[in-house]
Amino acid sequence: MSESAEHVRDHIKLYWKIFAALLVLTVVTVGVSYIQFGVALGVTVALIIALTKGSLVASYFMHLIGERKSIYAALALTVFFFLVLIFIPVLGHNDTFGEPMTVPNANAPEIAEEAH
Amino acid sequence: MEIPYVVDERPDTGLTNVKLGIWLFLASEVMLFGGLFSAYILLRINAANWPLGSDILNVPIGTFNTVVLITSSVTMVLCYAALKLDDFAGYKRYMGITIGLSLLFLGVKSYEYFDKFSHGDLPSKSTFLAIYFTLTGLHALHIIGGVVVNGYFLGPGSALWHTKKAQFINRIEAAGLYWHFVDLVWIFLFPVLYLL
Repeated sequence: MSESAEHVRDHIKLYWKIFAALLVLTVVTVGVSYIQFGVALGVTVALIIALTKGSLVASYFMHLIGERKSIYAALALTVFFFLVLIFIPVLGHNDTFGEPMTVPNANAPEIAEEAH
Repeated sequence: MEIPYVVDERPDTGLTNVKLGIWLFLASEVMLFGGLFSAYILLRINAANWPLGSDILNVPIGTFNTVVLITSSVTMVLCYAALKLDDFAGYKRYMGITIGLSLLFLGVKSYEYFDKFSHGDLPSKSTFLAIYFTLTGLHALHIIGGVVVNGYFLGPGSALWHTKKAQFINRIEAAGLYWHFVDLVWIFLFPVLYLL
């Protein structure tokens, strides 16, 4: 066993602190969702909180802090292609070629009411 | 045949094969969920209108389930720490709690699903519900997979502790990495589906 018992106990204390931070951030993300920010700001705030929570889980529970470089390299590649995936629909939405397309059934009951 | 580098680190990667393997698997999982998040964005930004998640889904129940999953992530990392402290009884206790919390999450999720189904809110009703059931359904399958793996390590798989401690600790670390990933996905799913 490479880590001393004292070192592991320090880690356990840290896990509980991270747990408390995650709980607080969960309450905050629900709380701010009741504030009428508008869609753009609302999405930004929610994503910042989710990214903070995600970073805490990845850094401390998944021990990414102090991990080997080969894992960072694999994850950097993953993040890059993940961002490509996420931005594909945005690029598609912003292009002006052809006829604009909408998905009519996103909120079916309301659309059905409007049709009548 | 003995699997190489399950305990010792490979000189070229500096990692055990267990750890490199689980991280590569998680990278592929990021792309799987990434594709579906991409689909969500595509559907949402091209929709004529999009409902507020909290108008359709139950936010207090979703918040409760978020807390359940975060707690299970903590108990999972405490399993690993207990093994590092040579505390096998502590490991069993925390693993039992982790599995219990996972089943609680699934129970609450099933309640939400049946509540939706009983009101006729099926995936076919709207694009929002279609992507909601797809994303949370795939996530729930991952929870079930985690329960199976963790259940094995609580039961028959734990026999390895008595013969090859270091290898068993590495296995629990890998199972933990998977479990934290499942928690991490939910951390993004919850605000995206319930709050925005």
